[in-house]
Amino acid sequence: MAFLENLINGISLGSIYAVIALGYTLVYGIAKMLNFAHGDVIMVGGYVVFNAIVKANLNPWVSVALAVVACTVLGITIEKVAYKPLRKASSLSVLITAIGVSYFLQNMALLVFGEKPVTFTSVIDIPKISLFDGKVVIKGETTAAIIASILIVIGLSLFVNHTQKGRAMLAVSEDKDAAQLMGINVNSTISLTFAIGSGLAAIAGVLLCSSYPILSNTTGAMPGIKAFVAAVLGGIGSIPGAMIGGITIGVIEILGRAYISPQLADAIVFAVLILVLMVKPTGILGKKINEKV
Amino acid sequence: MKKKLNVQTRKSFVTYALLLIVIIAVEIMVNTGNISSMLQGLLVPICVYAILAVSLNLTVGILGELSLGQAGFMCIGAYSSAIFSNLVKDSITEPMIRFPLAIIIGGICAAVFGIIIGIPVLRLRGDYLAIVTLAFGEIIKNVFAALYIGYDSAGLHISLKSQGDLNLASDGKMIINGALGISGTPNDSTFEIAAVILFITLIISYNFINSRTGRAVMSIRDNRIAAESVGINITKYKLITFGLTAFLAGVAGVLYSHNFYSLQASKFDYNLSILVLVFVVLGGIGSVRGSVIAAAVLTMLPEYLRSINKYRMLFYAVILIVMMICTSNATVRNFFVRNFEKLKGLIIKKKSAGETAKEGE
Repeated sequence: MAFLENLINGISLGSIYAVIALGYTLVYGIAKMLNFAHGDVIMVGGYVVFNAIVKANLNPWVSVALAVVACTVLGITIEKVAYKPLRKASSLSVLITAIGVSYFLQNMALLVFGEKPVTFTSVIDIPKISLFDGKVVIKGETTAAIIASILIVIGLSLFVNHTQKGRAMLAVSEDKDAAQLMGINVNSTISLTFAIGSGLAAIAGVLLCSSYPILSNTTGAMPGIKAFVAAVLGGIGSIPGAMIGGITIGVIEILGRAYISPQLADAIVFAVLILVLMVKPTGILGKKINEKV
Repeated sequence: MKKKLNVQTRKSFVTYALLLIVIIAVEIMVNTGNISSMLQGLLVPICVYAILAVSLNLTVGILGELSLGQAGFMCIGAYSSAIFSNLVKDSITEPMIRFPLAIIIGGICAAVFGIIIGIPVLRLRGDYLAIVTLAFGEIIKNVFAALYIGYDSAGLHISLKSQGDLNLASDGKMIINGALGISGTPNDSTFEIAAVILFITLIISYNFINSRTGRAVMSIRDNRIAAESVGINITKYKLITFGLTAFLAGVAGVLYSHNFYSLQASKFDYNLSILVLVFVVLGGIGSVRGSVIAAAVLTMLPEYLRSINKYRMLFYAVILIVMMICTSNATVRNFFVRNFEKLKGLIIKKKSAGETAKEGE
């Protein structure tokens, strides 16, 4: 029974990773860059919700909507200020800039929201589900995370495959120059990608902080990196892949924590990354890209 | 006719000379007492950070890959050497013998780890490599923070659980106490030794860059496929560079651990790796001299400007972003180059005018 509970917790954590991983996978697919700051956008989303509820006494739903808007604006701003000037630069420069942005957000949050970690109150009011005469209890947060991630993955897949904007995103990820020749505005498409990714990060932030209620300026860093691992495992650029990768990583982490060693759970997750990259670098659902000279 | 020195050699000799002058000046200041105690306390850390920055520059500037595991390698060097020094501090009392041994042990342990980690990791490139090295740095930190080592007459006891788990005899002594870290390390790091090590680091780095190996590594950076097609063994050269970076980071860790009585693994976190990256970026990617200068300036600056200390990290983040946009965006770079050219034009024109006048005489 304990195993079942761990498994469900793992799926729940994995669902949150999946939502974060979607942000990585979209941006990586289209801008061909690792948005290091993505994890920190989650943290900003968490703080916006926290302050909206505790300080401004807003309704939880309004707060979440506010966080989504705030993170979307933040994501677009980051893209315009830091990444857009480097569109043609080497990947090393882009990576260092992304690290700079991540570090900037962490330390800005330290100054704006204070050094002391705050305790996040869950915004989710779904009742607990008891199974097997109360031997297995599924918390409301767990249910919410799983349902939210499924809805997001379905919604996003529909958006990308069946709308004009979504297909423009696919075209840009395939070939930027060719897409431009076909009349697609590449810059606005990239901005849209960042906007969607960051909006999802806000939702992921709410889900994460509801399940793991300690919120500090580095809250987003580790989940961000693990979600990137999930995106790589599922195959970068693939939306269903992010879901599969996220849940796999979540389950591995929780089971590793429960049955192997609590200190080494992170190490196990990273070992998975290395293993995947050595055996099948394109991930489970990724496409093979041939390198051109 | 006097043989002209190669540009690279001249560059390295200028750096050696500058460093030597600074070291001698500081040494005179220390001996005549013309130095504030604050600055004196910063001397060893400055050397440590300079070594770290130079070593990271080998990976970032020469190999063209980003490693965020610098703090992890430093941690290995620091811990392994501190364990050694703690074990032998009663048997080898002479620091001039003990400390060089500690440096070698720390450096080699870090290099071995670097190569072990490097074999799987260096198949990756770019973003993947950065994130995996970051992950390894965190893992190393976490493992050391959970490590308990003690020794008694029966030998070493190692545990990953708790102090009680070690089952030490009554004469036992703790060396590493989990998250509390390591304490009682002899205070062997002096400015003189640190300066000598920094000097050796520079010699190693310059000679590495200008060697056949260094050129091979740079060809991988500039065009991996072309390098591979002329028969350069990419994995081998990447491993050499990565190992050397880890070795030097380990040596810096030794200096660092022997500068403090007690040391916690939590000091070797992600922020430290980023700090070293800031030194490299500000000093100029690929520039050894720049790394040393940036490390020295950025270590001293916050101490003198206590009032801005709160904004220090924010400032580092801005450095990373602004430096990258200034050097990598064509529009911004051209703007700088144009204005710089104008400035340079003024100076050079004057010079050439002077030369023609000389020739006319």
